[in-house]
Amino acid sequence: MIDLLMEPFQHPFNQRAVLAALLIGFTNGYASAFVVLRKSALKVGSLSHALLPGIAVAILVAGLHDWSVFLGSLVAALLIGLGSLAVSRGSRLDQDSALAILYTAAFSGGIILLRRLGVAQEMEAWLFGNIMGLRNSDLWTNFWISFAALGVLTALHRPLLMTLFDAEVAATLGVPVRALNYLLLAVLIVVLISSLQAVGCMLALGLLVTPAATVYLLTDSTNALFWGGSLLGGLASAFAVLAGWWLNIEQGPAIVLVLGALFLLAFLFGPKYGLLHRSHRKGS
Amino acid sequence: MVYPTHESCAHCGHHHELRVENLRVRYRHVDALQDVSFATSCGSCVALIGPNGAGKSTLLKAVAGLLPVTAGRILWRGTKVAKWSREIAYLPQRENVDWQFPITVRGVVRMGRYPQAGWWRPFSNADETAIEQAIGLMELADLGDRQINQLSGGQQQRVFLARALAQEAHVLLLDEPFTGLDRNSKSALAATLRRLTEEGRLVIAAHHDMDTVRDIYDEVLLLRRSAIAFGPVAEVFTAAGLDATFGVLPADGKELA
Repeated sequence: MIDLLMEPFQHPFNQRAVLAALLIGFTNGYASAFVVLRKSALKVGSLSHALLPGIAVAILVAGLHDWSVFLGSLVAALLIGLGSLAVSRGSRLDQDSALAILYTAAFSGGIILLRRLGVAQEMEAWLFGNIMGLRNSDLWTNFWISFAALGVLTALHRPLLMTLFDAEVAATLGVPVRALNYLLLAVLIVVLISSLQAVGCMLALGLLVTPAATVYLLTDSTNALFWGGSLLGGLASAFAVLAGWWLNIEQGPAIVLVLGALFLLAFLFGPKYGLLHRSHRKGS
Repeated sequence: MVYPTHESCAHCGHHHELRVENLRVRYRHVDALQDVSFATSCGSCVALIGPNGAGKSTLLKAVAGLLPVTAGRILWRGTKVAKWSREIAYLPQRENVDWQFPITVRGVVRMGRYPQAGWWRPFSNADETAIEQAIGLMELADLGDRQINQLSGGQQQRVFLARALAQEAHVLLLDEPFTGLDRNSKSALAATLRRLTEEGRLVIAAHHDMDTVRDIYDEVLLLRRSAIAFGPVAEVFTAAGLDATFGVLPADGKELA
């Protein structure tokens, strides 16, 4: 039994996977507080799908490198995000509809292109993650992305929160609301890219919403939302990677499933906003 | 109208005037406001009165610097209001605020010190003093650490006023502050606005309830896309003025003048 539990720690690729899960989960958990407070989870989800066509085009143009994948997916998500804004402003369509059209079309193009590029075996990794396949260089890339994203988000914490609470009041106090909204979206896209290797673009949204959403059901404190989300994201992801090894299930889906299970627990049994507590209070 | 002398503006010898000249605001291809001109000063409590869609919120937002001015200009103390100003505080309608946002009363009031503290500088002693003073003045001392979703309507309104005080604003722009408050909260808020006015601030509020205008305000701006009339309550808040603003006679023909 002990051997089975300790086994994951004996392989370098496992140690890397656990470390990466901690790092990616922590960063995503912190950023997820902004997604929850911004109430724009599905918009962010659309952008996570927009990463795939960017990867495909990047591989086609520049070959498969860390930097080409990063730049390609970043540019694609930005183009689709800004494109949906342009379509909604230039027509009577709302932005969500425009976003849905653009990202599904781009995603389809990305699938078709990836299959023709001879990297089909990697397709599943892009879609659902392959955290066991991480190299040391990937770990470093993730570290720097997390470091930069957390740095920007903590440095701008005060004006970002004011913008999310009430954009108009924030603007009358001199907060550059529009610029911060774009910056936040850009940082969230970068965080999504950092989680690509762990959970893939289909599941990235789960990691970027669930941690803080779970904490949100347990506390009213803003600090707890951010740091609790980070800890929950990091620890749950690392645990899921190990559990995946023990139970022989795929690590990417395991991460999102573990987070989902924790959310369900908070939803049902939360001491303050939990469903059972509230119905109990109503009944008494 | 002669404006009462007041204390909080002692740092500045000249007249504290808000002057709106031929203001026109075009918003989503429609003229939300046009030909709006009036001038008022610190120490006055001004009601914006007009039907729904008359442009009351638009005017408040334009003065707050939230909407681009299409034509005309807004002058505060002789300087054009281009964007935001620390001296002008905007209080949104209560129903437009996300009261589930995880933040305490003190957290909201602290936002008022953002112009002084900036993006990341820790709050100075002066900031902390201003924050606690504002909380005390609005009688929220016991509620400082409470979540904003656990407040009554009157308390919610006072939190935003405290934020404006922490900001050290001279002009308070309130969008329908009395809407949804119970009777006691209404009269308490009216007394608070009176006190803030007498301390030398300019209070401008969009207002719905015709019965309370005389008790609360000094001046009235009748608004219906353009300014119908502006002046002291006794001169402007008349049956004829309201007819011109709302386009119909009051249903029961009640004497308003």
